[in-house]
Amino acid sequence: MSTSDRGAPPARSPNPPRQSPPLLEIEELRVTFGRTAAVRGASFSLEKGETHCVVGESGCGKSVTALAVMGLLARGARREAARLEFAGQDLRALSERQLSALRGDRMAMIFQEPMTSLNPAYTVGSQMAEVFTRHRGGSRRAALDRAADLLARVGITAPGMRLGQFPHQLSGGLRQRVMIAMALMCDPELLIADEPTTALDVTVQAQILRLLAELQRDLGLGILLITHDLGIVARIADRVSVMYAGEVVESAPTAALFAAPSHPYTRGLLACVPVPGKVKREEALGSIPGMVPRIPPGFTGCAFRDRCDHAAPECAGAVPRQQAGAHEVLCRLPPGWAA
Amino acid sequence: MLRFALRRLAVALLVALTVMTLSFLLTRLSGDLAISIAGAGATPEDVAIIRRAYGLDRPLVAQFLDWAGRAAVGDFGDSYFFKARVSTLIAERMPVTLTLGLTGLAIALAVSIPLGILAAVREASWVDRLVQLVAMVGQAMPSFWLGLILMITFGLRLGWLPISGTGSWEHYVMPGVVLAFSAIPALTRLTRSGMIQALGSDYIRTARAKGLSRLSILGKHALRNAAIPVVSIAAVQLGFMLGGSIVIETVFALHGVGFLAWESISKNDFPVVQAVVLVLALIYIALTMAADLLNGLLDPRLRAA
Amino acid sequence: MRQAGLVLGGVIVGIALLCAILAPWIVPHDPFLQNLDNRLAVPFWMEGSNPAHLLGTDQLGRDYLSRLVHGARISMLIGVLTVVASGLIGTTLGVLGGFFGGRVDDAVLFAITCRLAIPVVLVALAVVGLLGSSLTLVILVLGLLLWDRFAVVARSTTMQLRNLDYVAAAWSAGVSTPGILLKEILPNIASHLAVVATLEMALAILLEAALSFLGLGVPPPLPSWGLMIAEGKDYMFFSPWVIFIPGVTLFIVVLGINLLGDGLRDLLGAGDTR
Ligand SMILES: Nc1ncnc2c1ncn2[C@@H]1O[C@H](COP(=O)(O)OP(=O)(O)OP(=O)(O)O)[C@@H](O)[C@H]1O
Ligand SMILES: [Mg+2]
Repeated sequence: MSTSDRGAPPARSPNPPRQSPPLLEIEELRVTFGRTAAVRGASFSLEKGETHCVVGESGCGKSVTALAVMGLLARGARREAARLEFAGQDLRALSERQLSALRGDRMAMIFQEPMTSLNPAYTVGSQMAEVFTRHRGGSRRAALDRAADLLARVGITAPGMRLGQFPHQLSGGLRQRVMIAMALMCDPELLIADEPTTALDVTVQAQILRLLAELQRDLGLGILLITHDLGIVARIADRVSVMYAGEVVESAPTAALFAAPSHPYTRGLLACVPVPGKVKREEALGSIPGMVPRIPPGFTGCAFRDRCDHAAPECAGAVPRQQAGAHEVLCRLPPGWAA
Repeated sequence: MLRFALRRLAVALLVALTVMTLSFLLTRLSGDLAISIAGAGATPEDVAIIRRAYGLDRPLVAQFLDWAGRAAVGDFGDSYFFKARVSTLIAERMPVTLTLGLTGLAIALAVSIPLGILAAVREASWVDRLVQLVAMVGQAMPSFWLGLILMITFGLRLGWLPISGTGSWEHYVMPGVVLAFSAIPALTRLTRSGMIQALGSDYIRTARAKGLSRLSILGKHALRNAAIPVVSIAAVQLGFMLGGSIVIETVFALHGVGFLAWESISKNDFPVVQAVVLVLALIYIALTMAADLLNGLLDPRLRAA
Repeated sequence: MRQAGLVLGGVIVGIALLCAILAPWIVPHDPFLQNLDNRLAVPFWMEGSNPAHLLGTDQLGRDYLSRLVHGARISMLIGVLTVVASGLIGTTLGVLGGFFGGRVDDAVLFAITCRLAIPVVLVALAVVGLLGSSLTLVILVLGLLLWDRFAVVARSTTMQLRNLDYVAAAWSAGVSTPGILLKEILPNIASHLAVVATLEMALAILLEAALSFLGLGVPPPLPSWGLMIAEGKDYMFFSPWVIFIPGVTLFIVVLGINLLGDGLRDLLGAGDTR
């Protein structure tokens, strides 16, 4: 399968004149694990200080996309991309050493699994301090002071005491806050948050997402937020990308997406959200019958066609990428079909 | 932690008592010890005299209580053959055995930890297979035979190391290497599987996401967690090595407690035999207990409990 | 690679077993026949060897190849019988502890702990030393000492099975406890036990060799490999092959059994039973 099957070129045109490159620019990202194509030509970009949400059902390749950007894919994964740039720097050209100088310093990530993402053998303080001393040098004392400040910033009371504790002494919500604080140690420009709240209970979820929104506003960092929570998407996202089976099937500014969802899959997801902006918090993604299929490399056509009410024979062929302003859709249906 | 330690101590004492009984019964296995001591060609009168002299005519329970009571305070009686106190004999020979055991353990750790890490980092590559093959070869190696081969090669042919005795540190090199062979397979495999588990864990992904150096990821974050079971097994292995040193001490004529036991067995000197069995078992029990406590100290999750 | 190990191990063990069974019919000479005029004849790869004695002769002029092949009998016999004895003891204890839990399990765990505290080689030597060396005694002693790993593995695997659906189903169908243990539990832990059996067999063979080497195992003139090494020890500096041949044989057979066990572990998916 080649990219030319897609019809319209993937690059955004016409190119607006930019002073600086986008914070993150991904084009045609592909990740395969042996006989599984986890990500199949995903493209999106993120500007400085922007919040970009990625939504989609479980298994559609969100985490793999995030890990591919960070260069943290498991062994045995194959990553290809037409473009993979962080602040104008080609991430594919960097050595592991150069990449590790970026990671934790200018780009940071929070994982889906707060319970297991901290090292059980070291204290919170030592794990937080080492990021700072690694990238910024300085004394351990200074790093610990900064860690205490950040713990307070993410709403942890008695941060001095927490610094001396081990992860198993903290609840899941606290651990995820520690992960967030740890990610902020070096003032990153990009924060990738991979479903930072799914493993946590409902009240904690809301707190953490509110915290992320606040931090974004105060610190001006670019956030790539992977989430299931459409409520938070509506509230904090500048732009939303909907992923399905390893592809970005629809991408648009938040208001535009909620106002006129154009991919049948997006419409299915939003089925339970009648009025945009009025969604309840903690609203789950709408449930669509069926499951995300496992796609082998070399698959052609629309991956959603088996579950789509509007499927037609031509859906097995090349799928056009349609574009109206900043709103992109990967579907054969004409714009405005749903109206 | 304190409750855990106390419970552990109670079990250890019970095990010690059981082993004590077993090592006493062990020497009574042959039925009439007096006949064994008197040796072939002794007249019934000789046997009767021996029986009375060693208190073997008393009921078994009385003999046991008597022995156990003294053993509890470190008095194992007198050796028949060496004409000396058993406790003195063991105390004199123990440093040799401990030196040998610790040398063996140090060599084993120095070999297996790097090998295990290497295999884990290169999991499923030829390096990994080679390391696993080395572990398997170590497991199949007859230690006494390896000792002889080393003696021929390094002692006789190359003349680098002394063949037997305890004069200098060089005397411990070959026996230490041979003893290490018995522990290397288990320690290597444990390091390897621990490191593989650690390297695949979420916290290592976090460490990478933090941009830490490879050295810090492997040496600090992964090894620290992989080391917890290795440390406790190392203590247990030391116990096994001390118990198994009898073969190597005999091959290299190292006059430690193993050699003492071998001499005593061939001389039917049963007070020494039962004392050595007991002392080695007690050391093993103490080592496993230390391993459990050490585990508690190394693993913060256990420390609180 | 793994498959190769299994095949190689199988071939080695197969040859050793064949030698053990067919020894009296395939050896070129009587392994006990002494010939003091032809002592320490060199093996085939050395200058001046005699084709009638491919592996040379020992210090009493006995044919080394014949003794080596007969030695396989002793090793295999010890290996198999020890595993049968220790397997029975260990499996019984482990299954009972794992199945009933509670007090029974505490007792089994205590027995395992005590057993591990006992220094095997020393105790085996002491017993043989007191009662006199014999093949039967060595088998008995090793069988009574080497059951710990069987017990550990049987116990943990039984515990996992105990709570599974089909065991519960058998319970509710009114099958008796012995019936469940024999028909439901044992067949399902057999593959794990098979892997342990190979490991213990290898260990028993190595221990017998060590005991015989120290003069407190199989009595002479039986051609145990350990005994052959012990007898050759006095001549090893000038005729190293007298200890080289039985030692390498012992090593290869034990390695073969371990390879077989490792291959079985992967084949049967028996997990980590080391
Ligand atoms: N290490 C791996 N090895 C093999 N396949 C993998 C691996 N990691 C992910 N995959 C596959 O890639 C696909 C996408 O997984 P991914 O974790 O990105 O899903 P996700 O969108 O993050 O889902 P969730 O919402 O459950 O987190 C899945 O089919 C998964 O099976
Ligand atoms: Mg995910």
